[in-house]
Order: sequence, then structure tokens, then C-alpha cells
Amino acid sequence: MSTIEPLRRFFEAARGSGVRISPAESIDAVRAVEAVGYADRAVLRDALGLVLAKTAEEKAALAACFDLYFRRDDLAAPEAAAPDPAAPPRGEGAGAGAGLGRLLREGDGPALAAAMEAAGEAAGLPNIRFFTQRNLYARRVLDHMGLRAVEQEIAALEDAGDAEAARLEAAVTRLRGQVRDFVERNLLLFARGETEEFREELLKSTRLSNLDRRDYARMQVLVRAIAKKLAARYARPRTRRLRGQLDIRRTMRRNMGWGGIPFITTWKQKRIEKPRVIVLCDVSGSVAAMAQFLLMFLYALNEALADIRSFAFAGSLIEVSEILEAEPIETAIAKILGIIGFGSSNYGNSLADFEDGWMGIVDRRATVLILGDARGNRTDPRVEIVARIATRAKRVIWLNPEYRAAWGTGDSDMFRYAPHCQMVRGCSTLRDLERVVTDLLEMTR
Amino acid sequence: MPYSADLPRGAPAADRQVTSIEAVENGLAASGYIPSRQIATAVYLAHHLQKPVLVEGPAGVGKTELAKSIAAWLDLPLIRMQCYEGLDEAKALYEWKYGKQLLYTQILREKIGEVLGDTDSLNAALGKLHGFGDLFFSPEFLEPRPLLRALQADAGAVLLVDEVDKSDQEFEAFLLEILSDYQVTIPEIGRIAATVPPVVILTSNSMRDLGDALKRRCLHLHIGFPDAKLEARIIASRVPEADAGLRTQLVAFVQSLRGLDLKKPPSVSETIDWARVLVLLHARTLEADLVRDTLNVLLKFEADIETAGRQLGELVAKARG
Repeated sequence: MSTIEPLRRFFEAARGSGVRISPAESIDAVRAVEAVGYADRAVLRDALGLVLAKTAEEKAALAACFDLYFRRDDLAAPEAAAPDPAAPPRGEGAGAGAGLGRLLREGDGPALAAAMEAAGEAAGLPNIRFFTQRNLYARRVLDHMGLRAVEQEIAALEDAGDAEAARLEAAVTRLRGQVRDFVERNLLLFARGETEEFREELLKSTRLSNLDRRDYARMQVLVRAIAKKLAARYARPRTRRLRGQLDIRRTMRRNMGWGGIPFITTWKQKRIEKPRVIVLCDVSGSVAAMAQFLLMFLYALNEALADIRSFAFAGSLIEVSEILEAEPIETAIAKILGIIGFGSSNYGNSLADFEDGWMGIVDRRATVLILGDARGNRTDPRVEIVARIATRAKRVIWLNPEYRAAWGTGDSDMFRYAPHCQMVRGCSTLRDLERVVTDLLEMTR
Repeated sequence: MPYSADLPRGAPAADRQVTSIEAVENGLAASGYIPSRQIATAVYLAHHLQKPVLVEGPAGVGKTELAKSIAAWLDLPLIRMQCYEGLDEAKALYEWKYGKQLLYTQILREKIGEVLGDTDSLNAALGKLHGFGDLFFSPEFLEPRPLLRALQADAGAVLLVDEVDKSDQEFEAFLLEILSDYQVTIPEIGRIAATVPPVVILTSNSMRDLGDALKRRCLHLHIGFPDAKLEARIIASRVPEADAGLRTQLVAFVQSLRGLDLKKPPSVSETIDWARVLVLLHARTLEADLVRDTLNVLLKFEADIETAGRQLGELVAKARG
């Protein structure tokens, strides 16, 4: 059992650093380690990397975690460089106060490291989760190592006026530093995963309009990760078999070699086309944040979509496809806002712009996404234009970042547009966005 | 359970040869493939854990070559299956020999009078008919395709599933049974298990992300571009005619080329080709003009050749030390 315990803890730490490890994989890893042994550190790392990490990023994360985890011997003398987790060094453990004094006096590095390991385990160090717990755990580890007894010893020596006291005091100070490092390392190993995960979950369900500036970078990473997952699933042209409809022409052709006797049957199938998307984004005021993430999402999905044409509007409407293709999304958005200006939105005017300039691109393969709060500041909503778009397009989806309860109140024309849209969705968080985009890719009719 | 004790062992010949990671390194080197430590570890583990290896990496770093070299070293037949969109069971696993089945039924029709001639009632005739084995769907009429051939190889085999990322997702799912248990199920016949599990190498160019289920069943080996030392050894093994001085220079040049911002950096196969070209042209050292004339061996895009051409002077000077 002692062989497996350090590995099990390593798996736990590795999961924290973002490598997914299933139970089956951990069994494989244990078998792999049995096959290669602990003798060669590089080989051990390679072996674990081969079995556990499944992408280049995971390999890098795992290697970093490996180095952190198996760097347990930094107190050790250089000749004892290779760690041997097969036999985790166990010092005298808790309450070995006299032992600690002796170790400090002799400066026995490896033994001190071993004692620290054991004390860490006794103090439940792998349960550490927050950086505020560092001091608490450092204290606990020191207690388990028997610092109290050494402190008493120092006090006694001082009373006796022994010069030894100062030397011992210095050794204890050094030890404190080392324990603090040790705790810090454990915090990195065991706590990172959970807190990251927690934050990400939180971010996914935060209203995008309320998002903190400092979370933008992390949000972008999240959006890209989700988009990548969806793109991988939907990027290839797909066909769907129509159950029970024999494709007679192909079947005859295929079975010609056997005199037309149908050994192999071919069934009719339908090709599922990638969606063509036309996006109309309101970029005024509170909708701007949402627009940014929607556009980021769609452009990260490039491979899974046949074509994207994007338009931005506030007081009037312009096409922004080129700007978005040429520049990274953050600078592109700023540029777009610069061109359109921060005016108040005028839906009727913008829709008329779209009809005049680009109605020709709306055809039966196109999905029109309109993102906006439908608040036109009491201008004419020109509902009939949306109706005309709807008759030409495959479908019209309206995404509204407001709470459903706010629709139709004040100057909101949401309910006047709604009858002409195939789908009207509230869409304010990343999770909503993911759902909408998945629907978009999933719909085959 | 995939980990039961009665899992068949690997090829006995391979058992004797795959004794340690060093043995793998030396063995592969002897058959002309210079592996990095990581590659050798992967091959060693693949044998001892009985798991397939999924090899990913850019084109031309020797993914396919690895499988060939393992086959050459262990003296096992190499069975190669190239994946492409639309590849299905009939092409990968087995197909019935329809023509023969057709002939069989015709023969049966002719002979049926003779066989059933002496029976006088319908029941007796049926009884006699049931007495014959059902030959129509029997192994004799089975046309094995690469996967089945690999399972049926008596002394074991090396199965190379090339560019698995180009196949459909359904096919990937279909591979799972073979990869984890080394067996396939043919509806008409039943389960066919490998007597000796083959060494399975899958390669992928990351055209698309493979499914987690597939990845989980494999050892995941990523082969990147080799470092200068390893690459020099590879050139020495593949193009022994190139002398040491030229070798160091050309490897240094290629290595620095990879540092540039290129569409497609040259990989090992291109370095080997280039080394052969330089030997053919009787080059002793790298000269800027010579490099400029032969750059199209290394770089496959016009834009890349232009990018490299602009800094050719310095790059060559640096490579010459």
C-alpha cells in the first residue's frame, strides 16, 4: 500500500493542475510505474506523462506538477538527489521533540526533510485550500515536528548561558522558512484546482454585463475553451442516415459485381449543412459586453460555421465582418465603437439600413441572430422589416440580455418583435450563450 | 475486466526482446530509428501494459516510421490501415466473400437433389438439411481486412492505424473494442479474440480532437521536433554518407530555421531529404548559394522560402559556427 499512497496523492495534485485522470487511468499509471520503477526520475516522469496526459497542454501541466510534487528532498544533501517515494521517509514523527533538537544540531538535511514530510501528513496538509491557511498549517507542521520541546531546550540553554542556544535558534529560524516553503508548495499542489474550478463555475453564471474588468482575460480563455469543444464536435460535415429508405441507385451500383444481387444495401442519407450565420449586434450601452462575448464565441467557432457576416448597430448599422476578421476581438470591438459612436440605439433606423444594404445575403440557408434589448428609445421599431427578414431566412433568433420580466416594459419593443422570431431567448450569462450556440449548431432542419 | 490476469501475453518473441527501456532504444536504433528516451519508454510500456500507443505530432517527425521500425526490430509483420473519411467496418475489419457465397448457393442448388435424393418425406429432407453445418456464414467465407488480420496473426503483428483523426467518429467508436480488449464481435460468427495481442500504433496529425474514450485507452505519445543532438544522430543513421562536419552544420541550420515564424517548419523527414541532396551535390560545408538553391527541399511554401531567404546569410553563418 505504501507504494501507491504517494502516487495517489500525486494524482490528486495533478487533477488540481487541470489534468483529467480517471480511475482506470490511475490504475494504468500504477502499473506503468511498477513496470519502469522509481529509479530514474526522467523515465518516471515520461511514463506518467504517457499514461495520464492526453494533450500537449496536459503534458506540460503534468510535468510542472511532477517537479513540484517530487521535489521533496530540497533539504537533502546533494548526494541523495533521487527521491524514493517507494519508501516514503518517515521520521520519528509527532512528538519527536528531542529528535528534532538533535537533527537541528547535526544539520541532518535528509532526516529533517523526512520529519517534515511525516509532520505534514500528520497535520493534514493535503487538506489545505486557501492561502490564508498558510500560517495555520505551518504552525501545525512545526508542532508535529516537536518545535515546542526545542524551544524549551533553547530557553533552558539560554538560562544556562550556553552559546549553543544562538546556534539552535538560527537553525529553528531556518527551519521555519523551510516549513513555510513546504506549506506553500502544498497549497499550490492541492488547492489550485478547486479554487480555479469554483471561480470558473461562478464566472459562467455571472451576468456578463456585471462582469469585472479584471475577469475579462479569464473569461476569454473560458469562451475559447467552450468554443473549441463545440467546434471539434460540429466542424466536420455530417450526414444523417434516413432510417429505412433504401437508396436504390447506389445499391444497384454497389452490387453490380455480384450480378445485381443486393448483398450490400445502401441507405439514403441526408447531408447536414453547416449553418450560415448573420449576426446583428446592438453595441450600445449595457448590451455591449454581451455583444463582445457573442462575437468572440462565433468567431472562435469559425470552423463549425459555413459563413459569418456580422453587423453592429446603435443609431445606425454597419457591417463589421472585416474588422473582426482582421483584428483580435478586444481591439476590434473598441474600433467598432469608435466608428459607430456611443449613440443611443435606434432599432428601426438600423433595421432599415440592413434592409437597404444587405437584404440580398439573407437566404434560406441563413440563420439571423439579433442580439439586443429591443429598447429603441421610443423610435419607430419597424417590426415589418424583421417580418420580411423572417420570411427569407431559415430562422431568426433574438437574444435579449435583459431579464424576461423587463421585456415589454418602458420603451422595450421585445414583444412586438417576438412574433416574427422563431426563437426568443434570454441570454445574459456565458452559460446561456453556450446553450444558444449549441442549439444553433445542433438544429439540422 | 481489462486488467484480468488471463489477458493473453504479448508475442513471445517480443517478450524476449522488450526487456528494458535501453533494450528498446538499442533495438530500434539497430533497425534504423533513433528514438528519444520518451519514445523508447512508450514502446516499453505499450508492451508491458498491453496498451496501444497514440502518437501525435507534426507531419514528418517519424510517427509512421516508428511502427515500421518496431515491426522490423521485433520481426513481426506490419499491418497498416490508412484511415480516411468514410472508412467503415467492411474495409477495416471484414467482408463476406459474396462471390464465393453466391457460387456456394448455386452448387447447393445443383447438389441438393443428390443429397436429398433418398429421403421420401419433407420432414426427413429438412432433418437432413439441418444436419449440414451452416456454411454460408462461416469463417471460410470471411475476407479478413487489416484489423482482423492483425488479431489473427499467430505470432503477433504490429498494427499501424495511420491518421486516425481522418476517420469518422463512428469508426473511432468502433475501434474501442479492439483497442481495449483485442477482440472483435462479428454478429454471424461471434467473438474473435487475438491469440497474441498485436502491438498497436495509432497516429494522428491533430486534424480534429479525438474522443476521450479513445485517448483514455491509449498511451499518449507526443513526438515533437528533435533537439540538435538527436537529429544529428538520426542523420548519421539515415544518411551515413554525410560527414560529421556537414552534419552538424546542416542540423544547426535546420534547427535555427524552426525558430523562424514559418507556415510549416521543416521536419525530420525534410532534414533527411536535404542531407541526401547535399551529399548528391558533393557539398562539404554549407554555402549560402547552395542553401538558397536547395531550400525548396526543406520548405514547402513560397512565403516560407521568402522569409528564410531574407535571413539566409546570417543563418548559414551561424550554422557554420
